[in-house]
Amino acid sequence: MSRFRVSVNISPRQGILDPQGKAVAEALHSLEFAEVRDVRVGRFLVLQVDAADGAAASQRVRDMCEKLLANPVVEDYQIALVEES
Amino acid sequence: MKFGIVTFPGSNCDYDAHHAVTDALGAEAVYLWHKSHDLEGVDVVILPGGFSYGDYLRAGAIARFSPIMREVVAHAQRGGPVIGICNGFQIACEAGLLPGALMRNAGLQFVSEPVRLRVENPDTMFTNRYAAGDILRMPVAHGEGRYTADAETVAQLEGEGLVAFRYVNAAGETVPSANPNGSVNAIAGIVSAEGNVLGIMPHPERAVDPLLGSADGLGIFQSMMAHVSA
Repeated sequence: MSRFRVSVNISPRQGILDPQGKAVAEALHSLEFAEVRDVRVGRFLVLQVDAADGAAASQRVRDMCEKLLANPVVEDYQIALVEES
Repeated sequence: MKFGIVTFPGSNCDYDAHHAVTDALGAEAVYLWHKSHDLEGVDVVILPGGFSYGDYLRAGAIARFSPIMREVVAHAQRGGPVIGICNGFQIACEAGLLPGALMRNAGLQFVSEPVRLRVENPDTMFTNRYAAGDILRMPVAHGEGRYTADAETVAQLEGEGLVAFRYVNAAGETVPSANPNGSVNAIAGIVSAEGNVLGIMPHPERAVDPLLGSADGLGIFQSMMAHVSA
């Protein structure tokens, strides 16, 4: 059993209005970052998980996303990083 | 006839719901603590408004795993009436009692104001004291009230008469300026496919006395009373 550091990116599903992202994009435009085409605002979580290996840790975090961390109705998630800590 | 009002940490409309049931409707009400496993023989469960668990993670996401919610879900699966108001609507969606989700208001602002609702379906256990097209005044107070669901779910809600209330203007029209949060199809309240769970973003429990601006919400409580007593 080792300890893994797993990070999760949760973002509003494509096609679903993200008013926060829109407001941030408008603010960037007003600061003359005209090249910004789109912004999506989500959540970033970092978990410390005990597991036999990285794949097992990532599978458990996937289950956590489905059950609690993300709302699959309106959000997508990506397990972004798994490293032994 | 006995109503049970669930108190989660952060609920703040439980006393309003109690007042509506006991003083305005004249029925019995008990508070059900979130850690309890006992519904105390209530006929109707109210999931009240507020900010359960500080809205951490997502509004309603943590409350859904409270011990009492296992009993509430079992009650709903037996056909028992459940009404989720505001945060209670968010909890009911997270718990899978209702389809869809409530997302950040399209205008990003927390909205706290009176709105108008049109009764879309008077043939439910929550709306039988109204007529189709009745226009009701009630307050809203939420930051995450934009009802969202996939196209298939919305089509099912519309096709099966599961949309109970819509946001409208004084003329009874669904116009963007009357929709406080950008909900799809101006949806303010829905019932489950089985008809025994209502989710509503506005606050009927705060509209039960003309002294406070409107008694239009009382009809929802009277409807449940008429249904359960029948």
